Amino acid sequence: MHHSIEIENLSFTYPDGRPALRDVSLRIAPGEKVALAGPNGAGKSTLLLHLNGMSAGEGRLTVCGLTVEPKNFARLRAAVGLVFQNPDDQLFSPTVFDDVAFGPLYQGLDPAEVTRRVELALAAVRMTGYSRRVSHHLSVGEKKRIAIATVLSMQPEVLVLDEPTAGIDPRARRALINLLRDLPMTMLIASHDLRMANELCPRLVVMDEGRIVANGPTAELLKDRLLLEAHGLEGIV
Amino acid sequence: MFLCGLCVEKIMHVHFLDPYRPRHSPIHTLDARLKFVLTVAFILTVSLTPITAWPVYILLFALILSVEILSGLGVGYVLKRALLALPFVLAALPVIFTLKGAPLFSIPLGGWTLTASYPGLERFLGVALKSWLSLQAAIVLASSTPFPELLQAMRAVHIPRLLVGMFGLMWRYTFVLVDEALRLMRARAARSGQSAGRSRRSGGSLAWRARVAGGMAGNLFLRAFERSDRIYTAMLSRGYDGEVRTLPLSSLTSGSRLALAAGLTLLGLFLLISILFWG
Repeated sequence: MHHSIEIENLSFTYPDGRPALRDVSLRIAPGEKVALAGPNGAGKSTLLLHLNGMSAGEGRLTVCGLTVEPKNFARLRAAVGLVFQNPDDQLFSPTVFDDVAFGPLYQGLDPAEVTRRVELALAAVRMTGYSRRVSHHLSVGEKKRIAIATVLSMQPEVLVLDEPTAGIDPRARRALINLLRDLPMTMLIASHDLRMANELCPRLVVMDEGRIVANGPTAELLKDRLLLEAHGLEGIV
Repeated sequence: MFLCGLCVEKIMHVHFLDPYRPRHSPIHTLDARLKFVLTVAFILTVSLTPITAWPVYILLFALILSVEILSGLGVGYVLKRALLALPFVLAALPVIFTLKGAPLFSIPLGGWTLTASYPGLERFLGVALKSWLSLQAAIVLASSTPFPELLQAMRAVHIPRLLVGMFGLMWRYTFVLVDEALRLMRARAARSGQSAGRSRRSGGSLAWRARVAGGMAGNLFLRAFERSDRIYTAMLSRGYDGEVRTLPLSSLTSGSRLALAAGLTLLGLFLLISILFWG
C-alpha cells in the first residue's frame, strides 16, 4: 500500500540563495489528517507547493503513488487539491460556478459531469445555490468555503490547505472546522491555529527554519511548552 | 475618478464600479447574446448612417429611448451616464474649423483666424450625436446584463477565448485592486494627523506629498504583480495548461432567434433608408 504523501530528504533553496527547506522527510498515510505548524518563514507554504509540483526542490517526493516530476504534474494536480491562503487568489473566475468548474474542465470531463461535480462540491461546502454568484460579493468565510469547493470538484485524494482559518470570524471558523472534519480525504493543514489542529488533526508536525523539528501526536506536542516556545508557538490552555 | 476622498470615507468595499443594475424588466431577461449582438449592430448602424441623415437619428434615438424605458433603468440614469461621451465630442471640435465650405463665423486668434464652416458644424454635430447614441446603447447593455453573461455572449460570437478570459480576469481583479487602493488611501488618511502645536503646518510640502502618492502607486503595482503570480500558481494547481477551456453554451431559444432577426431587420431598414435618401 502506498502512502498518500511520502517525502524523503527534500531540500529547497530560494533563487536568492536562502534555504527554505532542509532535509525534510515526512510520511502521511491515506485518510490521515495532519497539521503543519511553525513560525512565519518556517517553510510551511513552500513545502505545500512541492506536493503538486508547483515548486521543485531536491529529494524524493511521492504523492498518491505518483513521483512528483513533470510527466506526472497533470495527474498530480487533479489528485492534490491545493487551497491557498488568500481566497481572492484562488477565485479568479467571473462566477462561483466558473471557478468550481475550472478543475473538472481541465480534467477533460464531459459537460454533464462537470455540472454534477460543481453541484456536489458546492453541496459539500454547504453553498448550494451560490453558483451564479460573483466571488467579489461574498464574505471572506464564504470565499474560503468556495475556495475549498474549487478543489473538491476535482475529487482529489489529498487536500492541502494553507491557513484555512486565517482572517475569518469565529462563526465562519467553526463552520469551516466542521466542514473539514466531515471530509474523508487525506489532509495536510498548515496553520497557526493550534486549537483547530488539536480538534481536527491527530498528528502535528512542527517546522522551523526549513526543518521538521517535531512530529507526533498533536495532544502530546501541544503539552510540550518548551518545544512550542522554542519555535515561536503558543500552547493552548 | 473613483478614488475620491469622499469615496474613501464612505465605502469599505467596492460595489459601485459594477455597472450592472438588477431590475425585473423585459430587457434584463433577454438572452445576453441577443443583447450583445443587437447592441453591436445598433452601434454599427449609428456609425454607418450618413452624417446629414437627421431624421434617421431621430428614429435611432426613439429606438434606444424605448429600450431605456422598457429596461426600467430610468431615462435620466442612462442620459446622465451618456455624458461620458463629452470628451469624445470635444476631440471632434476642431472639425468645425478644419473642414472647408460655406463660412459661418470667424474667431481671430493672434495672427491667425479660425473660420467655422457649415459642413464642419454638420460633421461635428453628426459625430456628437453618433457617440451619444452609441454610448446609450452600450450603457443599457452593461446595466441590464451581468458581466459574466456578457463574457458568455462574447464567447458565443467567437471573440477569441484568450481575450474573453483576459476580460474576465480584468473584471474580477479590478474590484480587488480598487479595494486594495482604498485600503492604502485609508491607511494614509489615518496617519495624516495634525499635532496640537499651532506653529506647525500640517500636510507637508507638495513635493513630499507627491512622493508619498508615487510610493503608493508603486506599492499598488508591486502588490498587483505579486498577486498575478499567486493567481497563476492557483490556476496551474488546478490543471491550467495555457488553453482556455469552457463549457459549451446552450442554444438560443426560438423566441430569441425571432427577436434577433426582427432587431437586425429593423436596424438594417434604418440603415437602408438613411443611405438611400442621404447617402
